[in-house]
Amino acid sequence: MSDELKTPLLDELEKGPWPSFVSDLKQMAPKKRMVRDLLGQLEKSYRDKRGYWKHGGLVGVMGYGGGVIGRYSALPEEFPGVSHFHTIRVNQPSGWFYTAKALNELMDIWDAHGSGLLNMHGSTGDLVFLGTVTDELEPTFRELTAKDWDLGGSGSDMRTPSCCVGPARCQNACYDTLALTYDLTHKYQDELHRPMFNYKFKIKMSGCPNDCTAAIARSDLGIIGIWKDDIQVDQAAFAEYLDSGMNVQEYVVEKCPTKCISIEGKEIKIDNSDCVKCMHCINMLPKALRVGKERGAAIVLGGKAPIVEGALFGSMMIPFMKMDDFEELHDLIERIWEFWDEHGKNRERIGECVERVGLAAFIEGIGLEPIPQMVTQPRDNPYIFYEEYYEEE
Amino acid sequence: MAGISIEQIADEMYQMVAESAGQKKLKSTDLTKAITSKYGDQVSKQDCKDAIKLLIDSGRCVYGYFGGSSIELPHKEGSAN
Repeated sequence: MSDELKTPLLDELEKGPWPSFVSDLKQMAPKKRMVRDLLGQLEKSYRDKRGYWKHGGLVGVMGYGGGVIGRYSALPEEFPGVSHFHTIRVNQPSGWFYTAKALNELMDIWDAHGSGLLNMHGSTGDLVFLGTVTDELEPTFRELTAKDWDLGGSGSDMRTPSCCVGPARCQNACYDTLALTYDLTHKYQDELHRPMFNYKFKIKMSGCPNDCTAAIARSDLGIIGIWKDDIQVDQAAFAEYLDSGMNVQEYVVEKCPTKCISIEGKEIKIDNSDCVKCMHCINMLPKALRVGKERGAAIVLGGKAPIVEGALFGSMMIPFMKMDDFEELHDLIERIWEFWDEHGKNRERIGECVERVGLAAFIEGIGLEPIPQMVTQPRDNPYIFYEEYYEEE
Repeated sequence: MAGISIEQIADEMYQMVAESAGQKKLKSTDLTKAITSKYGDQVSKQDCKDAIKLLIDSGRCVYGYFGGSSIELPHKEGSAN
């Protein structure tokens, strides 16, 4: 890039062994005025210790209320290349599987209509196109849809549903996360594109309790794969772990949170009635242990990151739901939305709404029966007092 | 629905948006609650959704965002100047 633009503070971010977005931006700056001015504004922000972006305003393309995040520079005369720097969220394929052809199509579209910068992927899951001007929004959208892509969610709508790789690549998947993501995306197109809620609503699908999408922490509705029966055991494979010299006692047995594992001779014994499905033993001994055969999903509600109010973990709503078809889940989602619509406040996430009205009122409102599993964390229900608590006192 | 058309609901919603322009940003839920409380059982939530869809798809109103999503009259952004 030209010597005219000095970025001593950003240059610091290129030091060290890690890839640097600054190096990427510098590579593109000679070709794109937008990227060059982005570097300039960013350097100024670092120097002045303040941001120079204005966020929000009119968003979307014709008919859509989500998918475009309006952003303008507060210094358009100094950095005209980024006077508009809107973000476009592109609805990602389930499990983030792309073909090389699809990626090339996306890159061609974005090179022609935007900065060429992108983020794979944003925390919501979308592929994020970073930086374009208002006049390029509709042409970008037209080209995307002509290639069967669509915009994702933003604002007070159902955000783009996202999932882990599920059964496509993972033996732990307890249901087809990819199919469910596809199903919800198509069924709730209006909710995705036309903001109609009090605030955002995120749905994430993880195939097993490893929860690779962090559904329990990062989604309003987490659908996390689980099984009801016993962990499947291959004793011969387990004996091989022992014979290989692996310290199973230290790394598996003693790390079991409920101490439900023991070793007898060369066999592993699991008291499945005490198992809390933490996945540790299955992760450590993948050749010997498998998730059970009676599979479905647990539904947790109310997780969120710490915007507006503090962070929340999802609370257990349904400990086990079969996922053979998704009708029962659709019905639950719609009842939750109905309640939130009726009782929620502006900019109040569903988890905050439940906290405000109380869990009892909420589950009655959506027609669920209260059950002992409806707790924020397993085995941590404050309404159950075990004998040892009294003994300690 | 007895006697109240989607177009009529859309017109009433448009009026609300126009009257609040520059004073209050109305959300989808604000418009729906105002209409359903006015007409009660004569209007369903789905009717309100359809009316909002009509307003947006016709270009009479657009979605905006400022902390939350709102329905507004089309205008040029001050920031875009």
